[in-house]
Amino acid sequence: MAERRIRVLIAKPGLDGHDRGAKVVARALRDAGMEVIYTGLRQTPEMIAEAALQEDVDVVGLSILSGAHMALVPRVLELLRANGQEHVKVFVGGIIPDEDAPALLEMGVHAVYGPGTLTDDIVADIRRAVLGGENGNPTDQS
Amino acid sequence: METLADRVLAGQRYALARTLTLIENDAPEGLATLASLFPHTGRAHLIGVTGAPGTGKSSLVNRLAHYYRHPPEGQPRRVAIVAVDPSSPFTGGAILGDRIRMRDLSGDPGVFIRSMASRGALGGLARTTANVVQALDAAGFDIIFIETVGAGQAEVDIARLAHTTLVVEAPGLGDDVQAIKAGILEIADILVVNKADRPGADATVRALTEMLKMAHPTQETIMHHGRRMVINAGQKTQKKEEHPSWVPPVLKTVAVDNRGIHELAQAIARHRAYLEETGEWHVRDRVRLQSELENMLGEALMQHWRAHTAAEHYQSVLEEVFSRRLAPTEAVDRLLAQSLPPAA
Repeated sequence: MAERRIRVLIAKPGLDGHDRGAKVVARALRDAGMEVIYTGLRQTPEMIAEAALQEDVDVVGLSILSGAHMALVPRVLELLRANGQEHVKVFVGGIIPDEDAPALLEMGVHAVYGPGTLTDDIVADIRRAVLGGENGNPTDQS
Repeated sequence: METLADRVLAGQRYALARTLTLIENDAPEGLATLASLFPHTGRAHLIGVTGAPGTGKSSLVNRLAHYYRHPPEGQPRRVAIVAVDPSSPFTGGAILGDRIRMRDLSGDPGVFIRSMASRGALGGLARTTANVVQALDAAGFDIIFIETVGAGQAEVDIARLAHTTLVVEAPGLGDDVQAIKAGILEIADILVVNKADRPGADATVRALTEMLKMAHPTQETIMHHGRRMVINAGQKTQKKEEHPSWVPPVLKTVAVDNRGIHELAQAIARHRAYLEETGEWHVRDRVRLQSELENMLGEALMQHWRAHTAAEHYQSVLEEVFSRRLAPTEAVDRLLAQSLPPAA
């Protein structure tokens, strides 16, 4: 009777207007049985954190192609923590230079996906990150 | 210790969000929290918004919510929105996209938006939507919009849940026979023709108005030999009704341009006043609670029955049905007779 569905927020922070990648990922996660909240273009970090809170998501996926990731991602992470959602896994996709990825992971991003990433890999990573045990939501794993 | 319910009542938004998840997942803690919240429910005005996909339900809810947050007069109202989108029947996954049209509401602490997947329910809502709405009601939201799955003709659960049901239409979606079919139009308290700047809007309004006239033949002004006459069509059957029955208005809006929203909000206010004056508010509340109770009872009985029925017995009866030796109605009789212990 009780079912636990992985809830994912897919958001596009910043000013670039290209959301094909975000939509492809959203669709792949849907096909993997997840509930995907899609918020559309040009979201501020504040809007993303607010949506993540109201929707009580397990995962936030940020798609950034504008190059502003080093400014936007830390802000999203900071707001999630301020809201008590430090357990939420944050994934970043888009055009992220290789040299920036370690810094993003260092600040708490769970994974960084560049062009050519297989959606199956993203699905598997999210499943492992959310259902894999540590830091999940023990109350509703029924 | 401070419980989850205490934190919801104290206005903690993350506690509320967690509670909604626990309710959606049927987690025991969610149901316990809901039970503690229940005495605090019954205050919010529940407004259902339904209609075919693409008629502009989300945009309309966005505008209305914005209106209630910035009313031309009086205090702003606290607004919650529950937006239901369909789950895939194959994978159970869902894309919940109603927030895309609601970005104007972002950053306002007086607004709380929650997306829900229908998770297999067919009536336009999820099975737990009524419970989610109850939690939001207890959390102190004055107005709760419930936006259904893009609905066609039979998704009418919303009318049982909401005090006021808006049915949203758009020009050019169907001929006038669509307007006289049974179902979704009959549940409307207010009919909205959105996208009214498009060609055909007046024809849509006309078709809907005609349909309503047939459904609500209360009073009609006609010209008879050059004189105006008022005819009470239902006079013989209606016993001196103190309150005239509600005739759903047909309103035109263009949500993206914010046109017609003030008039729509006024119609909603009139409907609320009508519900309160006639006692209908109270009646709807009771009908809703009863139907929710019966739904839960049905599920609990089913679980109880399963727990008291040997799987092999069920399987053997099922096999007899498969081989056409036993009709399903007979199978039900047999399964009930042999499994349920007499009610204590």
